[in-house]
Amino acid sequence: MPDVNMPYNGLMISRSVLLAIVLAPLLGAIVAGLFRKQVGRAGAAGVTIAGVAVSCALSCWVLWQLVGQGAPPFNENVYTWFKVGGLESHVGFMVDKLTAMMMVVVTFVSLLVHVYTIGYMAEDDGYQRFFSYISLFTFSMLMLVMANNFMQLFFGWEAVGLVSYLLIGFWFKRPTAVFANLKAFLVNRVGDFGFILGIAAVLYWFGTLDYATVFANAPTIDGLTVAVFSGHEWSVATLICICLFVGAMGKSAQVPLHVWLPDSMEGPTPISALIHAATMVTAGIFMVARMSPLFELSETALNLVLFIGATTAFFTGLIGIVQNDIKRVIAYSTLSQLGYMTVALGVSAYSAAVYHLMTHAFFKALLFLGAGSVIIAMHHEQDMRRMGGLRRYMPVTFWTMLVGTLALVGTPFFSGFYSKDTIIEAAAEHAHEAGNWVATYGYWAVLLGAFVTAFYSFRLLYLTFFGEERFRQVAHDDHDHAHAHEHHGAHEPHESPWVVTLPLVLLAIPSVVIGFLTIGPMLFGSDVMGHAKQLPFFLGAIDVPAARDVVGKLAAEFHGPVAFALHGFMAPAFWLALAGFALATAMYWWKPELHHKARRLFSWPVRVLEDKYGFDTLWIDGFAGGGLRLGKLSRKADERLIDGLFVNGSARLVDFSAGLLRRTQSGYLYHYAFAMILGLIGLLAVLLRYWH
Amino acid sequence: MDYTLLAFYAFAVAAVLSAGAVVGVRNPVQAALFLVLTFFTVACTWILAGAEFLGLALVVVYVGAVMVLFLFVVMMLDIDVARMREGYVRYLPVGLLVAVAMLAEMLALIGVRARSAVPFADNAAHAAAAGDVPNTTWLARALFTDFLLPFEVAAVILTVAVVAAVMLTLRRRVGAKHQNPLEQGRVRASDRFRMVKMEATRKPAAPDAPADEVAP
Amino acid sequence: MTALATGLALGHFLALGAALFCIAVAGIFLNRKNVIVLLMCIELMLLAVNINFIGFSRQLGDPAGQVFVFFILTVAAAEAAIGLAILVTLFRNRRTIDVADIDSLKG
Repeated sequence: MPDVNMPYNGLMISRSVLLAIVLAPLLGAIVAGLFRKQVGRAGAAGVTIAGVAVSCALSCWVLWQLVGQGAPPFNENVYTWFKVGGLESHVGFMVDKLTAMMMVVVTFVSLLVHVYTIGYMAEDDGYQRFFSYISLFTFSMLMLVMANNFMQLFFGWEAVGLVSYLLIGFWFKRPTAVFANLKAFLVNRVGDFGFILGIAAVLYWFGTLDYATVFANAPTIDGLTVAVFSGHEWSVATLICICLFVGAMGKSAQVPLHVWLPDSMEGPTPISALIHAATMVTAGIFMVARMSPLFELSETALNLVLFIGATTAFFTGLIGIVQNDIKRVIAYSTLSQLGYMTVALGVSAYSAAVYHLMTHAFFKALLFLGAGSVIIAMHHEQDMRRMGGLRRYMPVTFWTMLVGTLALVGTPFFSGFYSKDTIIEAAAEHAHEAGNWVATYGYWAVLLGAFVTAFYSFRLLYLTFFGEERFRQVAHDDHDHAHAHEHHGAHEPHESPWVVTLPLVLLAIPSVVIGFLTIGPMLFGSDVMGHAKQLPFFLGAIDVPAARDVVGKLAAEFHGPVAFALHGFMAPAFWLALAGFALATAMYWWKPELHHKARRLFSWPVRVLEDKYGFDTLWIDGFAGGGLRLGKLSRKADERLIDGLFVNGSARLVDFSAGLLRRTQSGYLYHYAFAMILGLIGLLAVLLRYWH
Repeated sequence: MDYTLLAFYAFAVAAVLSAGAVVGVRNPVQAALFLVLTFFTVACTWILAGAEFLGLALVVVYVGAVMVLFLFVVMMLDIDVARMREGYVRYLPVGLLVAVAMLAEMLALIGVRARSAVPFADNAAHAAAAGDVPNTTWLARALFTDFLLPFEVAAVILTVAVVAAVMLTLRRRVGAKHQNPLEQGRVRASDRFRMVKMEATRKPAAPDAPADEVAP
Repeated sequence: MTALATGLALGHFLALGAALFCIAVAGIFLNRKNVIVLLMCIELMLLAVNINFIGFSRQLGDPAGQVFVFFILTVAAAEAAIGLAILVTLFRNRRTIDVADIDSLKG
């Protein structure tokens, strides 16, 4: 809705601008994918980067129009796909501030990843294919966030899943990559099943899939119940929200559908940054935030969201402690942070969740790209046990990764602090208000998670950049990478080319400042320094009833970013993070032999963590194995029962009876005559009985 | 005592016994002869029933022709009598049982006693129909008026039977000479006859003359 | 015995016919070695049928019965002739008239 305080004198956001934003990356993808020979490598890179750059620029313009110029949100249908009965399906765009923020994040990170890829994939045969895929992904993600109806949302949802599959299995000749991409797709499918049930439920109870209509009519389902199983009444709102959240669980990798994300590290590092840190995995968070009018109707669903989020936040972080692959550590860190966002959703602090999504996108992408830089320098060695002491050789990478780490652990003044601390305080407020065990559990999970986050993050830094240079001890031909590597020169690591380090720097800047600058305006309805009341950023996009508005309550206590940060130094989260930092320093830098001892001492917990709590076993041996066994059983049933008994059995029966009957064809006249006589006797008997 | 009935019983018993003998004796020649006896006795019963023509026809046609044919064939085939009787005794009980069962059923169906009620002698229907006409005349009148077509068809059947029997058994012997009228009819003069021109008188033989006279 | 006391009636003829028929049937079944006796049993069966016809013809006063016997006689003669021709041919080919040997149509 228009901002009444600010006179509107800018351009209206037009349909063509939005179409350009969405279609430019698609065009780039098509050219780079289908016209490879014609455009060549440089052409593929150029076209896609140009497309995404156009999208990024226009997205920033749109955001400026909405924020700075007070333009009204855009909600129009662009194209009518079909009208069947009462159901109409359109392609349309809904662009309000939430969407605009997502658009900027997606296109900005995508643009940086495109540039980064020039360096990272320089020696790969699939160079052009990669550009095509990441552009295609950008298109899909934009369709998802800009959708104004559930059908288009689902289209974008599935499309990002598909492109993720293509990209995880980019090096398709590797069996592990193929396994990982199938795992990702199938686990997503489980989530999508719930999601589509939720969409169907929305259609059933609202009669339309259009966001605006559904949200306007949301109160009509309040209090409505349905008997899913006879005799048990379920609240309709709870049903819809839980089903939708199952989709979010799949896409945003919440426990127990989180198993695909660590495996997705099989894909090249740029996509780990783009898809599995910044954008695709956040689609679930975005979706729940977008559906806030529905979720606010069901406290049960919110409690479920909180519980799952808290479990994910804490327990997956623990697994990150024992990982040796640099990308896996960051992957588990992503899982943990996604859990934080989900916790924020669960306590009805939707804006905090989305805010953390934004800041996390920057510093997590930074960490991944930095890891990628290290990997290039190490000639695609990813095991941290074979690294060490790299900060002398890769200063830019080191300093940017340090910035990212500080943001991640929640160091005051860095961006991650503002978003994370808001979540922790929101969880605390909710636990205080609601008082049930889920809320308390949620609070403790995110609080203790701060310790775990700090521990594994600094562990990563110490193992990679500090300490003795273990890479010199490795034999020369002991490499574990997919594509052939011609460079057999000195294994002296050196800083990566500018196409790699420039994105790192460009991401490091927002990781430091964006929290400071935007927390007031975006979360708490004030200006940058905490003075003067403005309308909240997400007004109209995210609506929470006043009674449950946790962020609103926190806003009352907000006195500016500086005060917030200083207050943060006193908060328990900070002390826990400091403790984690101290422990990591002690075990991995100061006295390295300690961590070996600890591993031996805590061998049982370490084994449980290395086994990832057995979730993989559950899914692969349990569910998939169960399905396989069921299939084998039904194959046996088919072979033995249907084929054997019914088909072959009936043939055998015919054969058998024919064998019996053929004995009557003895060929002897007297047998035939005898048969006739017997028949005659029978007939006579009948005649005797029934005559007269 | 009704002599007709007594005679009938005598003939019937004889017929049944000789029929049993047909089935029972080892020697096929004897079996054929017993069949002849059966026919004779049955013919007698027919005469008792007033069907004299047919009774005599039975003797003349059946015994005289068919049974003679049987005997012909029996004696023509070189049969090993010893092997004949194997297995007979094994199946005797079953066969007897079946035959007796059937006989019992048929008799029950016929309702012997019921049917034995009105004797032929007192049968009004026959008296009305046949009247004073002899059986042969009576039969002929029916045969050549109402049943003329079947009569002709029966003749055709017999003709066909003759042809069939000949076709089945005819063998061409090597070395036997036959006439083929078909071939005979197709002969041309040139196949049989050759004209040779010769002078009535002959000049004294010149050294080169005889070669010219012999015309091909 | 009432059957003896009353005169010759239809039942007697029918009974005789039945008896001869059953004997002939038994003969077909029991005889396994001789095709000629088989043919003779067939003649016996036809004879039994003829007796029935004669009886009914006399009973009902209908000449059709006797005409039928006439035709049966004709056809039986024809059939006997052909049957024996077959028998002769069979014997020529197989050198046996054992019924048990004629089983080429065995299933």
